[in-house]
Amino acid sequence: MFNNGIVQPLWYNGPSPGQFYNFPGYANNGNMKQCHETNNSDSTRSTAMITTGSSVLGIKFDQGVLIAADTLVSYGSLSRFQNIDRIFKINDNIIMGGGGDFADIQSIMRSIDQKMIEDQCYADNIAMRPKALATWMTRVLYNRRSRMNPLFIDVVIGGIDENNEPYLANVDLRGRAFSDYVVSTGFARHLALPLVREKKPADRDFTLEEASELIRQCMEVLYYRDTKNSSQYTVGVCKVKDSTSNQCDVEGPFQVDEKWSFAKMVKGY
Amino acid sequence: MFRSAYENDVTVFSPQGRLHQVEYAMEAVKLGTVTVGLKSEEYAVLIALNRPDPLMVDSENGQQRKIMAIDSHIGISTAGLMADARRITKHLRSDCLSYNTAYQSSYPVARLFQNLGIKLQSGTQTYDRRPYGVGILGAGYDDQGTHIFQVMPSANVLNCKAMAIGARSQGARSYLERHLKSFADCTKDQLICHGIQAIRASMGSEEPATDLHINVAIVGKNTPFRALSDAENQQYYVMAKASGAPLTATDNIEATDSTDPPEPSSPNAEEGTEGIDNNDLPDTPSDGANR
Repeated sequence: MFNNGIVQPLWYNGPSPGQFYNFPGYANNGNMKQCHETNNSDSTRSTAMITTGSSVLGIKFDQGVLIAADTLVSYGSLSRFQNIDRIFKINDNIIMGGGGDFADIQSIMRSIDQKMIEDQCYADNIAMRPKALATWMTRVLYNRRSRMNPLFIDVVIGGIDENNEPYLANVDLRGRAFSDYVVSTGFARHLALPLVREKKPADRDFTLEEASELIRQCMEVLYYRDTKNSSQYTVGVCKVKDSTSNQCDVEGPFQVDEKWSFAKMVKGY
Repeated sequence: MFRSAYENDVTVFSPQGRLHQVEYAMEAVKLGTVTVGLKSEEYAVLIALNRPDPLMVDSENGQQRKIMAIDSHIGISTAGLMADARRITKHLRSDCLSYNTAYQSSYPVARLFQNLGIKLQSGTQTYDRRPYGVGILGAGYDDQGTHIFQVMPSANVLNCKAMAIGARSQGARSYLERHLKSFADCTKDQLICHGIQAIRASMGSEEPATDLHINVAIVGKNTPFRALSDAENQQYYVMAKASGAPLTATDNIEATDSTDPPEPSSPNAEEGTEGIDNNDLPDTPSDGANR
């Protein structure tokens, strides 16, 4: 039992008595206890993003919201899918822009579509409102992150709430949500947000023209400066048409007005 | 007839295509005191008749037996087995709370009651369960406006303009039907008075010399669901008596058993401590004989 006075372990590569053990071949099913010690089994899980969408920008104006995103889904630094609509019309009150891992965006869109179909099956003319959807997404994403199995997404949700009030919110992969007149994800948070905030009149909301102009400018800046942006983008518009209905569409694709004439002034061109 | 062979299981139809247990459950609603729900464009009100036992602490801190708040925009009034009513209240409150947590908005009233009906239906189709022996009048206000819903032990959910359930409620329903067209434009006070008058109409000509114990609750636009205090209830009762015409025969032409003295409804039904005595039930369902 005792060799040279040293206690030998009872076995190798197996469970340590008194410790939690990750059985090999079992995927981590979100058990909190398993998350806290080293993974000594064969199961690994990648939490990296694979195909990603870049920035999404949302701006609230007096009659509604605009949400813009470019049409690029990257594969690392490769511009893999260049014609993908990342803005979705959810129902007549809600539009959503998805950034982050695009497979996760598609997965959550499937759940949201199921919700909308349930709503339609009730056949009582009650359609979900943007704040309800944003709150639901916050709960789902927070739950996933608490189980160490996040959906790697950063979404902008906007639309028309009850009383015909525009609503705009940003929910991220950790379940952090907030609502403001301008929200963004990815690089737009660094480049576009300050630009829009500077232009915001202190005493009133933006008008549709001001908001559209800002979208155009921000998409241009993002194309020049963010290497994972492309020059083509779509814009979702959700605005109040009259007291009972909204106009809710995804428009585009639009092209950034690229100006490369300064290149001649660059040494080495 | 062969009734007795089909009346013991809720899962067995009678040859006439009836579920006797469900119908007997409907009788349980008639054991409770009458309660009335009606609505205008802006308000929905629930009025319940209480027959307090002098030994009971009936109304403490605004709590009373018949009217329960579900959420700030929905409340219910019940008639029948109170224990079943409490169970349903707990379920509705839990549903509303979950919805609030997930969506940060109020449960649409119509959906809440439709889903309640779906839940209650399973009790009418399962071998080892029974239907809930309580009728519910739900009042709510949401984006779609004011609502009055009636849910019965048969799991029928009915969207109502106005409704009355409970003992001798036919008189109240007749009153509501007669005055239905005026409700949409009523003020809050007028609406409550109409409800109290409907309850008085259900009493027939035997309205007791002492004042009735009326419980009123109201919900509406910018008005969270609230059961009124004893003082307010008394005030509205006096207002209704003063404004209403004295009850005549025309107010209760369809009320049956009007020659019976108004007896207190079975205390067992209200407290739900014992089962119902089924021995005296009629052969045909719902011939209007109320207890």
